[in-house]
Amino acid sequence: MTTTHVWPTIPATATTRLRATLADSWLMTRRNLVYWIRSPEELFGSLVFPLITVLLFGYVFGNAIPVPGGGEYREFLMPGLFAMTMIFGLVITTGAVVTDTERGVTDRFRAMPISSSAVMIGRSTSDMVRAGADLLVLIGCGALVGWRSHGTVAATLGGLGLLLLLRLALIWVGIYLGLILRTAEGVSAISPLVLPFAMVSNAFVAPALMPSWLGTVAEFTPMSATVTATRELFGNPGLTGESWAAEHATLLAVLWPLVLILVFFPLAVGRYRRSR
Amino acid sequence: MNLLTTETSDRHTNATPAIDVTALVKRYGDTLALDAFDLTVPYGTVCGLLGPNGAGKTTAVRILSTLLQPDSGRAKVAGLDVVTHPVQVRYRIGLTGQLPAVEDRLTGRENLELFARFYRFSRTAARNRAAELLERFDLVEAADRPPRDYSGGMRRRLDLAISFVMAPPVLFLDEPTTGMDPGHRQEVWNAMRALVAEGTTVVLTTHYLDEADQLADALTVVDHGRVIARGTPDDLKSAIGGDRVDVIVDEADIAYVSELLTRSTGTIPQVTPTARRVTVTANDRVGTLAQVARTLDDDGVAVHDVSLRRPTLDDVFAHFTRNIPDSRS
Repeated sequence: MTTTHVWPTIPATATTRLRATLADSWLMTRRNLVYWIRSPEELFGSLVFPLITVLLFGYVFGNAIPVPGGGEYREFLMPGLFAMTMIFGLVITTGAVVTDTERGVTDRFRAMPISSSAVMIGRSTSDMVRAGADLLVLIGCGALVGWRSHGTVAATLGGLGLLLLLRLALIWVGIYLGLILRTAEGVSAISPLVLPFAMVSNAFVAPALMPSWLGTVAEFTPMSATVTATRELFGNPGLTGESWAAEHATLLAVLWPLVLILVFFPLAVGRYRRSR
Repeated sequence: MNLLTTETSDRHTNATPAIDVTALVKRYGDTLALDAFDLTVPYGTVCGLLGPNGAGKTTAVRILSTLLQPDSGRAKVAGLDVVTHPVQVRYRIGLTGQLPAVEDRLTGRENLELFARFYRFSRTAARNRAAELLERFDLVEAADRPPRDYSGGMRRRLDLAISFVMAPPVLFLDEPTTGMDPGHRQEVWNAMRALVAEGTTVVLTTHYLDEADQLADALTVVDHGRVIARGTPDDLKSAIGGDRVDVIVDEADIAYVSELLTRSTGTIPQVTPTARRVTVTANDRVGTLAQVARTLDDDGVAVHDVSLRRPTLDDVFAHFTRNIPDSRS
């Protein structure tokens, strides 16, 4: 039996390959976003989680915790909640990667002529769009309880940029963890570990109030760097300028994510290319 | 069909086999998943890979579909080395894994369109190809619903349709009907037959002898990463003999009944102590069943059950590895 078949042309030159990668990245981004938008549970979570955290932290803890250097607690709080949301995003990325692996979709993609970079670019782009949406909702919630950015437009955008940079770095950590963990149980097991990552910081409590060794660790975490830098840029209270880490917060808020990306980007790509 | 570039398929004029595997080795820690595994599959045929869990079937399929690197040996698919030319191989294969890898939040049609786009079909071409495949795999009515609402058989048919977007010359199906009820298995088999009728070369892994029997031209039996038998389904069946009669007795009577039946049937039965089962090869089907029943009845030994059944994969393994069937379920 002689059949004629549709054979799409295989990209052979560097230009057609690059174009194919870009096209695939776009398809992958769109697919991931459709997944998010078509999941009522996830959409609901994206809206309700920020609202709950702002109300809980703002009003339950708000009156019990003194702001270092004085000031309105909810003004002090919001940069912490912004950064915490970026850090919790790690679980979203890891969960999405694991879901694809568990359902056999990752294997299907890997057995297809889709470049690994397209899969990863798609994941990071869609998760960044999601992070942007999360930030917007949180800004809205913050505005409701009286938070404002007192910085210039440029400074405010810079602060948001630092938050998104942290999220971008955690996307690569998240992809790598997702490829290693492979099961939803694995993700549930590690997700509580995200909490200390967010809490051992100056986001909610001044490190000076912690045991001294923990306070020192807290000063230097990526979370603290981003929180301090965004507080400065937004003109929110909570500046504790005595330690080296606090004085160089903006530098650290740029360096930390870059280091994480430098470490986890190659790890994630390598892991994807030759997973078991 | 003239969607993108239309070429006459060269698959049948090619003298080299569709799959050519020599001395493949894959090790996981101390376990040899594949131990000098060889396989040749001519174009346009269906090769059934049979074996128990952990035999190495899936490892072989994963290497052939470029998901896994072998430790040594050589594997060519559609004339291309899977290690040195993985991308070209990926344009020529379809893979359906053990789980139907369909996108649950896209509709059936969107699933096919998405994957067609990944294979570089233009938007219009993808739309046309999706419509064609929905028709072909009998999914037109379900096309605009998400696969969440599909039956197991429908999900698998959509999965098959996705792996057939490119009409690849070689298709890998890894346990496509495991855990499915008989009606749905039949649906999937029919869909697979349609692909085979087109001349697609298929490598099918399965636990089920009847599935391999229904679909495969040649069977390769794998155990501990090694090929332990090859042949057509008929070859294997005649090698392992016909149907089986299982006799379930009290534990204390196993040896006695085994001896009794040896004398009566002239063949040595297989004994599975854990199941208190004595199994006789029933070349004469109902005749053997009647004879066994008569022998037991005349003797008066207590019998819990006597039944006639088709040979299973366990019997194939028992035959070729000389292990008792229950030792590896």
